[in-house]
This record gives sequence, C-alpha cells and structure tokens, in this order.
Amino acid sequence: MEDTGRKQPSAPEVIIRMTGIGKSFLGVRVLRGIDLSAHAGEVHAVVGENGAGKSTLMKILAGVHQPDEGVIEIGGETRSFAHPVQAQRAGVAIIYQEFNLLPERSVADNVFLGREPTRRGLVDRAAMEAATARLLDELDEHSFGPRDMVKDLSVAQQQVVEIVKALSVDARIVVMDEPTAALAEHEVELLYRLIRRLQSRGIAVLYISHRLREVFDLADRVTVLKDGTHVGTVQASEVTTAALVKMMVGRELDAYFPPRAGEQAVGEPRLTLRNAGNGKLDGIDLELRAGEIVGVAGLQGSGRSSLVKAIFGAEPFTRGEVTPVRPGNVREGIAAGIGLVTEDRKAEGLVLNQSVRDNALLVVRAVGSRSRAAVADLLERVRLTPPRQDTEVKYLSGGNQQKVVLAKWLTLAPKVLLFDEPTRGVDVGAKAAIHDLMRELADGGTAILMISSELPELIGMSDRIVVLRDGRIAGHLPAGATEEAVMALAAADGAAA
Amino acid sequence: MIALVANPTRAVYAALVATLAIGWVLVAFDGGTFTLNDMVGIQQRSAALGIVAVGQTLAILAGSLDLSVAYLISLVSLVAAETMAGQPSNILTAVVAALGVSALVGLVNGIVITKLKVHAFIATLGVALVIRGVLDHLYDGPAGRVPVEFQQLGYARIGPIPVAALLWAAVAVAVWFLLRRTRLGNRIYAVGGDVEVARLSGVRTDRVVIAAHVLCSLCAGVAGLLLASRLGAGAPTVGTDGGYDLESIAAVVLGGTALAGGRGGVAGTVGGVLLLAVLDSVFNQLEVNSFFKDVVRGVVIVVAVAVYARRTGRRAS
Repeated sequence: MEDTGRKQPSAPEVIIRMTGIGKSFLGVRVLRGIDLSAHAGEVHAVVGENGAGKSTLMKILAGVHQPDEGVIEIGGETRSFAHPVQAQRAGVAIIYQEFNLLPERSVADNVFLGREPTRRGLVDRAAMEAATARLLDELDEHSFGPRDMVKDLSVAQQQVVEIVKALSVDARIVVMDEPTAALAEHEVELLYRLIRRLQSRGIAVLYISHRLREVFDLADRVTVLKDGTHVGTVQASEVTTAALVKMMVGRELDAYFPPRAGEQAVGEPRLTLRNAGNGKLDGIDLELRAGEIVGVAGLQGSGRSSLVKAIFGAEPFTRGEVTPVRPGNVREGIAAGIGLVTEDRKAEGLVLNQSVRDNALLVVRAVGSRSRAAVADLLERVRLTPPRQDTEVKYLSGGNQQKVVLAKWLTLAPKVLLFDEPTRGVDVGAKAAIHDLMRELADGGTAILMISSELPELIGMSDRIVVLRDGRIAGHLPAGATEEAVMALAAADGAAA
Repeated sequence: MIALVANPTRAVYAALVATLAIGWVLVAFDGGTFTLNDMVGIQQRSAALGIVAVGQTLAILAGSLDLSVAYLISLVSLVAAETMAGQPSNILTAVVAALGVSALVGLVNGIVITKLKVHAFIATLGVALVIRGVLDHLYDGPAGRVPVEFQQLGYARIGPIPVAALLWAAVAVAVWFLLRRTRLGNRIYAVGGDVEVARLSGVRTDRVVIAAHVLCSLCAGVAGLLLASRLGAGAPTVGTDGGYDLESIAAVVLGGTALAGGRGGVAGTVGGVLLLAVLDSVFNQLEVNSFFKDVVRGVVIVVAVAVYARRTGRRAS
C-alpha cells in the first residue's frame, strides 16, 4: 500500500509518515494497520464513511489519542505525542470541524493563545497584531483585521483565523477535518485558494472529507479507510468517482434510495402556506401533502432552517396564511401533529445523559403511560440496534441517536414531519435505514419536508424539490432534477460555483 | 441607549450616573443634600466589597467562582489582629501571615477544583465550611488587637480621599493591568471562555485556574486586613455579616462579567460595586426600610443580568 510519491521526479521531502497505526478503545479495535504519508506541498485526502476511523487517525496525529501500535515519523524523525501541544510543537496543526477559537477574544489573541509574545514580561499586543496582520496579508485576507472579535466573523473568516494560527506556529502539516461542512458554495472557492497557498509554502495538507468532488478538485493522492482498515492509497488523477465510492462503501453508488411515491400515493394536503413570512422568510407558498416527501434545497443562510422552524412554531410565521394551523410556539406545533428532526440532534433533539427510553418518551408528556413493550415496539420500528432502552443516549452512534429522535416523534403519530439534515453525522448503513423509515412514514400518510445539503440525498429522496434563496422560494423542481438545476436556482441564475 | 446596553461595562456606568442623578434629586426633594462627604462615605463603605469583588472577577472570568471569601475574610481579620496583638512592630509579620493564609486557602480551592475535579461551587463551599468550623471552634467573639498605626488604613484620608478607597483603586488597577497586559490575564480569559480550546492551544489550564483562585483569595485577604483595621480587632463574623461571598458575585455579574466566564472585566465590577453602594446611600438618606432596600437590590441585579442576556441572545441568533 505504501507509496512515497515516487512519480515526482524531484522526490520531494516526505514530511509525515505514519506506519502500521493501530488503536483500540475499551477492547474494540477502531484502527488497524493504517499507513499514511504526505510530502511537502501535497494535498492528501483521507476519505471514508463515518466510523471508518478518519477522526481517530487524525486525533492520533494530533496527540489527542496515543496509538497502541505503529510509528509516526515527522521529517524523518520518529515522534510520539503524549499531549496535543507536543504535536503542535512538532509542526502538526489541526483544523477541527468545530473551530478551536474563543469567540469573545480578538483574532490576534486567538492566533497567539498559549504563545503570547512578551516584552519585559508583558504581553506584546503590538507584535501579536503586527504578526497576525502580516499573515492575513499573505493570505490576501482583508475582510477583517487582527483586532476584530472572533464572534463577529463569519464561519469562513473563522476558518481563515484557524489557518493563520497554523501558519503562525510554522506548521509543516495541516490537517483539515471536513473544512467545507459549514461553508457556503462561494466560500469553498476561497478555501481552495487558501489550501493552494499552503501547498505553495511547502506545507503538507491532510484533507479529510467525504465530499468526493472536493477530493478530486484538490487532492494529489487519496487514502481510503473503511471500518478502521486501510483500503488503499491512489493517485487522484488515476481514479474515478465510482471506483472511489466502491472502495469506500464496498458497493456501487446507486440503489441508495427507496422508491419514490407513486402518483396515486399522494393524498390530501396536510399543511398549506400562503404568502407566509417572518423576519427571515417572505412570500412562502407551499403545500405539503400526505404521502409525499418534499425536499428543500438552498445555500447556507437561504432560510432553509428558518422555514422548518417557522412551520414547527419555534420561530413562528408572523404573516400570511397557514392552514390548518399556524403554530405560535412549539407546543402548539406539536399539538397540531408537527414534528421537527433538528439539524443539531445533540443540542436540540436529545437529552444526552438520559436513557433511550426517556428520550423516546420526551414528547409524550405523561411518562409511565407507555409500557416497556410499547417503547420496544417503537425501537423496533426505527430499527435501533441493539434495542436497549436503558442506555444513555450519549453513548450511541450518530445513526442510532438519530433513530431515537425519530422514535420520539413517532409517539406523536405526526401529520407533518420536518427533517433538517436527517443524515448528518450518520454512517452509511444507518443512513439507508433512516431513508427507508422516512419513506415508510410518508407511505403511512405523513407529509414530509426534508432539508439536505447533500444534493444526491436530496434528489434521491424527494418527490419534488423546493429551492430557497434569500428567504424566498426561488423555484420548484420535479423529482430527479439534476444537481446543476438545483444549484443554478439556489445560487441565482446559474452563478453557482 | 442600544449602544449603551450593547456593552455591559458602559451600561453599568450609565446606570451608575443615572442612579446618582435620580438619587440626588430624590434626596434633595426629601430636604437633604448629597454632599462630597456622602460620596466619600460611599467609597469608604464599598472599599472592602470592592476589593473582594475585584478578586472574585478573576475567579469568575476563569470559569470558576469562590464562595469561601466571606469566611476567609473573618479568618484573616483574626490572624492579623492576633498576630499584631496591639504592637506596631508586629504589623509586617501580621500582614505577611494574613496574606500567607489567604494564598494557602486559594491554593486549596484551586487544587480541589482542578485536581480533584470538584465543581467550584461545591469545592469553595466545602472550604468555606471548613474555615467556619475552625472559627467556631476557636473563637466566640472578637479577638486580638490592631495597633492605632494600622487602623490608619481604615480611617485615614489623603486630602478628601480615604486610604481604603486608594487601596481599592490600587487593587483594581493592578488586576486590570494583569488581565490586559500579562499572559496570565490572557489565559484566564481563554480558560474561562473555553477550557478545551485553551488546553489544545497549550495552556496549562489547571495552573491558570489555581492562580486565579490564589489571587482571588489574596484580594479577600486584603479586604480582611482592611476590615480588621476598621474594627481594631479580628472578628469571626466580620466576613459573613458583610455577606461578601454572594454580594461580591452579584457585583461582578452586575458589572457585566459572564457568570460562565471568559467575558467581562474589572472596570465593570468596579461599576457594579459603586452602583450597589450608591443605591445603599440613597436609601439610607431617604431612610427607606432596609427590607425594601434588599428588594430593590435584588431586582436591579436580576434586571441587569436579564438585559445582558438579551444582548448576547440577539448576537447568537
């Protein structure tokens, strides 16, 4: 499996080489025999399903976890890290999905946190700000300055701060974990530019993503992980998407989605919006009918989440006509038979330190009115495996957590069920189960509205698609529309990147 | 007005000015006057609370808090007064002993919180109870004697300004400087803002929390010395009678420092202490029922925090 980029005539310096890395947690093997190397100026993508071991591998490199076996060499020297700071000092910078920034502090404070330059014992703010400004300048970033508070920056700008932080420690290896997950389409382009700059400075970039398009746009080589093992490392230029997907999941891309609703399956309207709006939405006309899955597409900030929150009553509509009910708050929404599977299940969907059972019964107020057997039925319906009622939800995988959220809403026998990114952070197996469940619910007469940033999912699942832009409906598309058609509407007149 | 509310420090000073103005008018209507002397009195009374609250600011900014300050103040007053035993020559020893005891208590607080991983609320409450037990066991009432020379600290003035107020100002400026210009200050904000972020940036977070607690306790120690000099003796109830534990936390929060840590500062705390003190003086002048006074203070604190919460809520959304 090991190759050292011998294709390059100049044989660039190998900066990082990990060999035979293995790791177990509580007796469960999560990584085995992983080899990974990167040389100066290379972008090396690491791909794999959720649970493939990408983040564990990254955390080993970061010094957060220690490997049980295997060797890490940086610049030809064998290193082992007992603490993240040691990895940092060795030139490894990690940019996590959740940024490690302090919102209440300035950009310069964040960049130099833990390494504040001093003059005569006092923090030398001038030097910090000058150095930060210089790095921002090198990255051509002029939309904010060293003194701006991080909380006032956009997600993309915060990412730049993380990159500046990496540059300021003279990182030789920059690891990026799903860096585009929270970015809007046009911001991705800027990120690409930044990454190319890192490359030109001779930094090795490890790029963790499951968005294959990005992998092909950026990467020189791709390493595929699956179930904690090393499937292979290939030159990005010598592999096709289909082949890569096959390596990742061990099967071809299609047959992912359950069949769509037939014409006759779609029934009476469950919810009708006429010219509805609030602070973030305007002029929304939409009908949700029994048996139908309606997909909502749009860029970040287009009002997708606001739409489901408004229907649910969490951020109610303030004008327009909503029939049969316009919930003024969440309780009214639930009473009307509307459920919302939120984007952030850990914060908004589940009580993490309570049991599966307690969470499943969260919506049914009278606890105890449901027997263990009833809960067992629910868990079977959502195919929770293993169907243990007493486990605290925080110990479940992302997929199982999402199933518990679904079980919670099933107790309501929902008329309308809203899904905001239903399979985010869910592995492929559970993803399929959730898709099947959604279709099953629709077939049972529930009207479903689904938001997804993953266009293949959105297109694969939806009976029709509504595209939002700037809080308004930009257009409707039929089942099986192309990604290009969706993006063209979402990003206004084909200006999509 | 919105701009004022957007920044808690500015808000609390605006409230302070408004309270002074309204208070002055009310008192004038009542037939009294609000003189320079009253202003001086305000500073004198608030000095002890002010010093404790400045220390408390450090603990709270670091994401912790300290409930043991009140008992520590009593303990320090006794240690100081007994060591002095009326002899001016013992003053230096007494001050060193008092601050040594304070630092030790702060160290214990910090270690229990960081190494034993006990929540600050319980850790410092536990330490407070331990100190109370010791005090109750050893003392029935005031003890020790503070020489006249040391009493100057509590009563002397330089021009119109009481020495106690200068001491408060000095402590406040020192802590402000610490927070603004030193690495420790930066890291106190970082640890209080997000422990994990600080840790991953190579900050030794435990040390920062311990240092914040040592400094907080040292401030309480200084307040204890000040109170001993006023009383002329040490007293086992001087700290708790003043309610310095909860009152100092209230002043910090009133000054716009987030109880969760990582946001705020000394300037706000000073404003918070002054606001509470001015309210007190106004009510005293108006001879308002003291229970009503408590009601108003309570309402002021809750309303202030509600206003700050609205501000942050709007930011987040």
